[in-house]
Amino acid sequence: MRRHSTQRQNHGEPRPQGASRGATRSGIRGYFTLHLSMAIQSLGRLSRSPFATLMTAAVIGIALAMPTGLHVMMDNLQKSGGDWRQSTQISLFLRAGINEDRALKLAQRLEQKADIQSVYYISPEQALAEFQSHSGFGEVLENLQTNPLPAVLVVNPRLHGSEAEALIERLKAYPEVDIAQLDMQWLQRLFAIMEIVERGVLLLALLLGIAVLLIVGNTIRLAIENRRDEIIITKLIGATNAFIRRPFLYSGIWYGLLGGLIALLLVNSAIYLLQDPVAHLTGLYGGGFQLQLLSSDISLMLLGSGVLLGLSGSWLAVGRHLRHIEPR
Amino acid sequence: MIRFDNICKRYPGTQDVLSQVSFHLDKGEMAFLTGHSGAGKSTLLKLIALIERPSRGQLLINGQNLTKVSRRRIPYVRRQMGIIFQDHRLLMDRTVFDNVALPLIISGFSRGDIERRVRASLDMVGLLNKEKQFPITLSGGEQQRVGIARAIVHKPSLLLADEPTGNLDPALSWEIMGLFEQFNQVGVSVLIASHDLDMIARLPYRVLKLKQGQLVGDGYPRRREPT
Repeated sequence: MRRHSTQRQNHGEPRPQGASRGATRSGIRGYFTLHLSMAIQSLGRLSRSPFATLMTAAVIGIALAMPTGLHVMMDNLQKSGGDWRQSTQISLFLRAGINEDRALKLAQRLEQKADIQSVYYISPEQALAEFQSHSGFGEVLENLQTNPLPAVLVVNPRLHGSEAEALIERLKAYPEVDIAQLDMQWLQRLFAIMEIVERGVLLLALLLGIAVLLIVGNTIRLAIENRRDEIIITKLIGATNAFIRRPFLYSGIWYGLLGGLIALLLVNSAIYLLQDPVAHLTGLYGGGFQLQLLSSDISLMLLGSGVLLGLSGSWLAVGRHLRHIEPR
Repeated sequence: MIRFDNICKRYPGTQDVLSQVSFHLDKGEMAFLTGHSGAGKSTLLKLIALIERPSRGQLLINGQNLTKVSRRRIPYVRRQMGIIFQDHRLLMDRTVFDNVALPLIISGFSRGDIERRVRASLDMVGLLNKEKQFPITLSGGEQQRVGIARAIVHKPSLLLADEPTGNLDPALSWEIMGLFEQFNQVGVSVLIASHDLDMIARLPYRVLKLKQGQLVGDGYPRRREPT
């Protein structure tokens, strides 16, 4: 079919405007073949200067790896934070004058409740001894005439999060209890800090994203300058701007994809290197926590954002610089 | 094929490079464009190739009014012509085959069509055996013939040449001119800018003479010698 149509474009026969586009393109398949060969060609061009290409891709990779790595850290912290939240304890400070007997009886009664897992008793003497050894106030405390510390019941509840507040209210109602305190404040503070850090990571990601855009843009601008003559010649032969733009856009995509792959490699090797020390550390805290390699979701997102940034960066450069290159 | 109607071209701050130029080149006609350097030959060709736009007047190619062609449509108009440059303008990092294939790739031809047409085109200029070489390994005359193969590979209805024999010795020049005559014989309109008056005078084709931007001569050489 198509062969006929192209052969029929005889010499001297004026073609109607616009026919050149439709008549010579063998439909959608031809279009995809053209794009595929363009993509491969621009990859081939990049591979002809492997060092320069890798340098650019590495800069992009590092820029992408930094926010990704930080995000993974925060993510891991939050997951382990979830574990800690479950181990929340409630401390019941008993009124002065409650003896050990009454305290133990209360402990027994509380342990039978459905939402309480276990209760244990810390006598004022135990508390003092612990405080002396841990707080660094040992010598000051030794000079005290009487023990100022109350007896404490440590309650391990069988619940999480906001339900704890209701439990505390009920525990406060017992006549023996002076103060009921959730040992979670430090965790809440940690989460507040983490939220700030997360914002910071987001800002960093934004800045580095812009950096990637500029890096790709500048690289493509140089490539355009280097091929100025070629662009002029192809324009003279009748290339559309879209045709000339395409290889540069594909280079941008390749740079972004390569950068994304390098970032993936960097982050995963960092996690791999940190895995053992982190496991050791959390082991010391009694947790069995392990750093996870990047999930496939995050990996795909990383590669995707690399491609997107590469494409937009080259689009910016192409839009700005290609227009000014016209045959003279 | 080409119709100039009172065309003027003026660059900002200068005199008219072309003034009141009017002529008509018929379909299938072959003509030379002569004049001293600076007479406006290149500018005239640039107007046809839409590299420059006329300041005034009407310019029609193939019945299309070039003064009304939008920037977006320029590539499609250029595809109707083949342009040959004095300095060949080949892509030095691509093979002869790839250079000649370029107009077809731009127009989105299929691989099979491209191979067939490029070979036919190279065969016509006698370079079929050099398709895998790079232009830098070819002589000046061979490079010019690659440029010609590239200009005709998409079967344009109009061939423009700017000093195609400028850097060639007489024997090679005649060879190139022979090629143009061949294309003209199959119906292609040909317009050649040249100052090789000696050769032009020995050929039986129409000569348009430019002087300081004005068309001062339009006719056939008096002496018609068989070539």
